[in-house]
Amino acid sequence: MSRSLIVHRAGPGLSVQDMGRSGYLAFGLSRGGAADRLALEEGAALLAQPVLPALEMAGMGAEFEASEDMRIALTGAPMRASIDGARVVWNASHLLPAGARLSIGAVERGSYGYLSVGGGLACEERLGAQSAHLAAGLGAALEPGDVLPVGPDKGERVGMTFDPEARFEGGAVRIVASLQTDFFAPEERARFEATRFTRDARGNRMGVRMMPDGKGFESEAGLSVLSEIIVPGDIQVTGDGTPFVLLAESQTTGGYPRIGSVLPADLPRVAQAQAGATITFSFVDLDTAHEIERREATRRKGLRGATRPLVRSPHDIPDLLSYQLISGVTAGDDLERV
Amino acid sequence: MSEAAADDWPKIRSVGVDGLLVSFGDRLSEAANRAALAFRGALDRQGPEGIEETSTSLVSTYLRYDPIAGDPAAIRAGVADLLGDRDWYAEPLPEGRRFWRIPTLYGTDLAPQLEEAAKAAGMTAEEAIRSISETRVRVQTIGFAPGQPYLGALPEAWDIPRQSQLTDKVPVGALVVAVRQLVLFSVTTPTGWRHIGQTAVKLFRPDSDTPFVLRPGDEVQFDPVDRAAFEKLQQNGPDGGATSEELT
Repeated sequence: MSRSLIVHRAGPGLSVQDMGRSGYLAFGLSRGGAADRLALEEGAALLAQPVLPALEMAGMGAEFEASEDMRIALTGAPMRASIDGARVVWNASHLLPAGARLSIGAVERGSYGYLSVGGGLACEERLGAQSAHLAAGLGAALEPGDVLPVGPDKGERVGMTFDPEARFEGGAVRIVASLQTDFFAPEERARFEATRFTRDARGNRMGVRMMPDGKGFESEAGLSVLSEIIVPGDIQVTGDGTPFVLLAESQTTGGYPRIGSVLPADLPRVAQAQAGATITFSFVDLDTAHEIERREATRRKGLRGATRPLVRSPHDIPDLLSYQLISGVTAGDDLERV
Repeated sequence: MSEAAADDWPKIRSVGVDGLLVSFGDRLSEAANRAALAFRGALDRQGPEGIEETSTSLVSTYLRYDPIAGDPAAIRAGVADLLGDRDWYAEPLPEGRRFWRIPTLYGTDLAPQLEEAAKAAGMTAEEAIRSISETRVRVQTIGFAPGQPYLGALPEAWDIPRQSQLTDKVPVGALVVAVRQLVLFSVTTPTGWRHIGQTAVKLFRPDSDTPFVLRPGDEVQFDPVDRAAFEKLQQNGPDGGATSEELT
């Protein structure tokens, strides 16, 4: 049997995701890709490999089996995970032995969990990428019985962890003014910054609705406004004044005015906020935004260096023997190997 | 071009953190649409270093750049230079355009808003079918969903508003009308436009060598067919009887 990952159980939002496909905007197809791109980079850092296609789990978990021993990394929204019944730590890499069952439960916080595998998924590419674009009907959500090919893995090290950037419970989000911000009067923009928003239960890979704690937001954009380009992060204000933050699978053009656009560095915080989480928005100027993006890019490059071996206190591990046998971290040279 | 428009346009605005939008007007006009397409072509051929992707909307050209690897100020200056290079409103349409004929079933239960749309345009259903099917419309942009065209312009009478309530769902191949434009849906979606015709063509074919059928600048005529002919076309593969010829 070729190297593969078998899906035994799947929530409704289990899909293959990567950094999306560029170059199709002119054809009406948005870039798509992982809702939380940082989580893919974290998975890659844990496995000491480039960012490769992985599995995105929206809210609900899934159950998998590997055809042969495989390294895995669990990142993004924390979920309860176990290998053949033994709990494994989130935000860490592990060995998934051939034939063992990796069982992942619903999110404990946040919205999207990620399972990366050593060597990355090696599914068929469509329009230059493996990721499913669910809104466009390009690829589809995965179902029990699906068998996903996995690429060759030169890495060996597992049992690594890191401290993820907290982004699962809302918080402060930075935005820039965009081409239609002027449709909103200065007082409306100030009120927007002063408003506490609740991440609505209504949300998917296209966008999430943000419920204001006061009334909605009015724009001077009339019905004659032309449909204009949309980019991920745009905050679209619909007819009743409610903002939606648009995500990876947004439509490519739209007629609703947009009050601003979320910095890519802060978009994972929006995508991952669980329903009910509080979010606030504040404007930064474009130069500041570029500086923030540069710093974030440097930080992400340093993720691999920020990983460390899982250090366990025996008191924290109820069944020490089974845990070590299954997680495969007993080789003894983990600290020395780079 | 009115004089006021000539004074204010074109203009360059930023889009999010990593994009620029060059707009050639704030209303749809044939000249502004042509300018946007021509300027995109020029950006692709001779734009400044660091551009990652370009696109057009109805009257604007969009570009995305890498704000970390590239120099945002230099890219904006390069775009402004190119913009000042010539009168983009006088540029020709893109090359390689085609003329499509797409068989269309107007009205019936498959396109239930023909009567309503005709009334809004001050016509009988028969007049509406003749008016739309005899107008050769142009693909002004592809957008919203993959492969989905905005087509125009229809005669003045078709300057009808969108509905206040959304129609829950129209199927792939639905031909809808509002504001002197037609949209031919490539996905199943809710819409505020009125559903006046149904075609059997699939405009987004992810597994084909040509996943996106139409291109900006292409011209289209929606030829009326009867129910029996339409049902036969539905069995006829993704083209649904659509034919095309090169425009020279």
